[in-house]
Amino acid sequence: MSWLSTTLTSSIGRKLVMGLTGLFLVSFLFVHGIGNLALFKNDGGMAFNAYTVFMTTSPIIRVMEIFLVAGFGFHIYTALTLTNQNKAARPQGYAYKKSSPGVTWFSQNMGTSGMVILVFLILHLINFYAEYHYGIMYDGKIPMVDINMGDHTVNVRNMYEIVKTVFQQQWWVSVLYVGSMVLLGMHLAHGFQSAFKTFGLEHKKYTPAIISIGNVIAVLLPALFASMPLYFLLTGL
Amino acid sequence: MNLNLHIWRQPNGQSAGRMVEYNVKDISEEMSFLEMLDVLNEDLLRKGEDPVAFDHDCREGICGTCSLVINGRPHGPYTTTTCQLHMRSFKDGETVYIEPWRAKAFPLVKDLVVNRSAFDRIIQSGGYVSVNTGSARDANETPIGKEIADEAMNSATCIGCGACVAACKNASAMLFVSAKISQLAMLPQGKPERKRRAEAMVAQMDAEGFGACTNTGACAAECPKSISMSNIAMMNREYTSAKLTSDAV
Ligand code: HEM
Ligand code: FES
Repeated sequence: MSWLSTTLTSSIGRKLVMGLTGLFLVSFLFVHGIGNLALFKNDGGMAFNAYTVFMTTSPIIRVMEIFLVAGFGFHIYTALTLTNQNKAARPQGYAYKKSSPGVTWFSQNMGTSGMVILVFLILHLINFYAEYHYGIMYDGKIPMVDINMGDHTVNVRNMYEIVKTVFQQQWWVSVLYVGSMVLLGMHLAHGFQSAFKTFGLEHKKYTPAIISIGNVIAVLLPALFASMPLYFLLTGL
Repeated sequence: MNLNLHIWRQPNGQSAGRMVEYNVKDISEEMSFLEMLDVLNEDLLRKGEDPVAFDHDCREGICGTCSLVINGRPHGPYTTTTCQLHMRSFKDGETVYIEPWRAKAFPLVKDLVVNRSAFDRIIQSGGYVSVNTGSARDANETPIGKEIADEAMNSATCIGCGACVAACKNASAMLFVSAKISQLAMLPQGKPERKRRAEAMVAQMDAEGFGACTNTGACAAECPKSISMSNIAMMNREYTSAKLTSDAV
């Protein structure tokens, strides 16, 4: 094996992959969450549909999509490998279980919160990617809308309508979304600051700030995503 | 005081083990936890039964030989060694579970005794500084700043007991390995070999079958010598920069 593959498959190397891909996924959540704020603009979905057009046609976004799939792929693959290795390191557990003082529940259950996020992710893709491309809810007759692109109008798929229908009619999807976001928050509360320690970045001056930023992110991002299904659920009542 | 004990009994690494219940009577509060087990063993010997095997040596909290997971926590409810844990920390009539360190890399020898040679092999792989033999060198020939000497000493207080491994949900040895890597990387005597040391010790740690670190902090919380988690961050730094810049391809 070359020095690079030896490094990346060592215990510390695998953690580096976890941390790097994890923080990259955090940056994705930021962009995704802020872009989706267009849902809240009270213009019958025009802003959101224009944003959808940009997201589905811009070459930059297409390239970033490849990185995103790879990021998720490496994060999940390495998570499974590490979890298996860590389980194998203790074939026989303790009869009396007690966690040590100061150890958080979510730091000990990153695999569980990660699995919930994964299930959520699959559901999310089925909901929106599949509806956008195949219109399953509409028997293939995807709702269309004219949007004004300044000098001309284009007839595009009405993603706003799809989002609204999913969140209002399949109310259980909304509930599941909100629930998964709680676990995403826990994943980030531990994961964000842990990633910096994995990179060896720990210092009296900066670590308290990193932990605080992590906690703010862990509340803000999931709350932002949870607010979308809640908004449609409540306005649709 | 009287106690109800549940102790892991296993004749050797090949056969199956199980928790066995024992009752001990008239235990003094002043006894150490190991002395309480001595009382139990004398009782068992009198009855012609096999005494419970457990590790101990100095009984002064300095050698790191004693072990035992007591009610789910390595070295029991306080951050001290089992030999320095006193029976006044328990209540009369209490039920106490006593189990060995659990890790694939620490194979069970008998009852509560596990083989911790994996730690020795990790130290042999790089946890030292090379010096030429000959006449002894002058003690203060290399000046070291007080702050650095103190930090290195904090890392050097590790007694290698393995409580970090026993506490970690991943049975990771990173607190132990990082304490030695950090201690030597901080000192001028350790700097010439720091890259080779970080690479070799981490490789040996992985080969022994210890898990990776999730930064839960259980290791530092249970360490009888209060070794800090910042050692692990320092090891990550040492290892990553060694891998990126060393001549070993
Ligand atoms: C948007 C989604 C996700 C984000 C933003 C994210 C973020 C992170 C971050 C920042 C870390 C910390 C890395 C470190 O400690 O060095 C982490 C760790 C982890 N992630 Fe994720 N993650 C996501 C999805 C997932 C999924 C889908 C899984 C599982 C299938 C998963 C499983 C794990 C596990 C097991 C760890 C801990 C590894 C360890 O320290 O032992 N994550 N994640
Ligand atoms: S027996 Fe030496 S530290 Fe406990």
